[in-house]
Amino acid sequence: MRVNFKVNGEDVTADNVWPGESLLYVLRERLGLPGSKNACEQGECGSCTVYFDGVTACSCMIAAGQAEGREVGTVEGLAKEPGKGGDRTLGDVQEAFVAAGAVQCGFCTPGLLVQTDDLLERTVGAGKDAPADAEIREALAGNLCRCTGYEKIIDAVHLAAERRAEAGSAS
Amino acid sequence: MEFLRPSTLVEALEARSAHPDGVPIMGGTDVMVALNFDKSRPPALIDLTRVPELTEWGTDSDHTRLGAGVPYTKVIEHLSGAAPALAKASRSVASPQIRNRGTVGGNLGGASPAGESHPPLLATDAEIEVASVRGTRRVKARDFYLSLRKTALAEDELITAILLPRATGPQQFAKIGTRNAMVIAVTSFSLALDTDNRKVGTGVGSAGPTPLRAETAEEFLEAEFDWEDGRPLAESVVRRFGDLVAAAARPIDDQRGSADYRKHALSVMARRALSWSVTDYRKESSRCA
Repeated sequence: MRVNFKVNGEDVTADNVWPGESLLYVLRERLGLPGSKNACEQGECGSCTVYFDGVTACSCMIAAGQAEGREVGTVEGLAKEPGKGGDRTLGDVQEAFVAAGAVQCGFCTPGLLVQTDDLLERTVGAGKDAPADAEIREALAGNLCRCTGYEKIIDAVHLAAERRAEAGSAS
Repeated sequence: MEFLRPSTLVEALEARSAHPDGVPIMGGTDVMVALNFDKSRPPALIDLTRVPELTEWGTDSDHTRLGAGVPYTKVIEHLSGAAPALAKASRSVASPQIRNRGTVGGNLGGASPAGESHPPLLATDAEIEVASVRGTRRVKARDFYLSLRKTALAEDELITAILLPRATGPQQFAKIGTRNAMVIAVTSFSLALDTDNRKVGTGVGSAGPTPLRAETAEEFLEAEFDWEDGRPLAESVVRRFGDLVAAAARPIDDQRGSADYRKHALSVMARRALSWSVTDYRKESSRCA
């Protein structure tokens, strides 16, 4: 079957989709967007986290056909020139993860970036206080990292929140 | 495999009737796992995410009507006052990503004994609204779970809504697992005090082939509880309540915990839920005075 939806603001069409396949498979294997990672395929790890109609979800647990007409945002969309390739500049959450050393093998990173971006949208982005440790841990509870022990990740979220709050008050 | 996209409840019921072997899918948090791991190859998926009737909720003087397709995140945001036990249980489901997609209707359709929704629905005497092309009926949660993963739902029916009676007293939910997030309950417990009717409701999860009630414990507490003033209960009464809840359970030994551990954990959770409820009850009655 054919599925039409929006990814990172652009209209896309996927053809020859098997009705039982996941949105994650469509993104990676049919649309050439390998940022969302395929690990557990059962919602345990969060590596495939995307925005789906404005809320975060594990794309491995969305049937491809459910995406028809919907808006999907992937980790590729966090960079400032999404979908064009070449010299894209990183988004604030991505910069903060690099600066804080919150990346080791990198496999869980895309999911953490999307989930962190959502947390910041709902907090500092909505004029609220920057999230405290407990709120960060709760927001990232569905994203497993087997390398870092999470401390650097939490540092990166604090840093990103600080920078986004500054950028928000400057504009 | 066919992929059906009904956009109204009538179309959804027709699709269900025409495809009794098809699998309804809403949040996908159970259905997609089965598909991803080749455990299920249904001839049709019936996507219910475009049926507006399923994603609505509202509260009148007697009930909150919760559409079967409302995700847990919305239950937490909007129904913490109207349905405290269900909202507390929803808060303990998996992770934010899963709570954004998973629904109470899906929990009921899958009917895993570990599902977080079941103990609150049993404790609060909720009703499940089910519909087919033949019509609509209501089934009490207390009559819904028949045997392991088998429910009162007929093969041409869809779960359309959950009817939660107005909360008239404290409601609690407790769950034991290896960590706070992303955990299937080792066992879980819900307690609801219905102050208006002086009734006690209980629900026990992950401790039997179906979610179940501890009816002897309910009757015991109805007789012992101080419905006038909510005076603290004697330690012996609290302990007896915990023992009776544990005695109602029919757990097995499995990878998440032993039967003995589950019974012990239930007795502890029941005592705690009762203590929290007595405290809440006293707060509420002092507000009314």
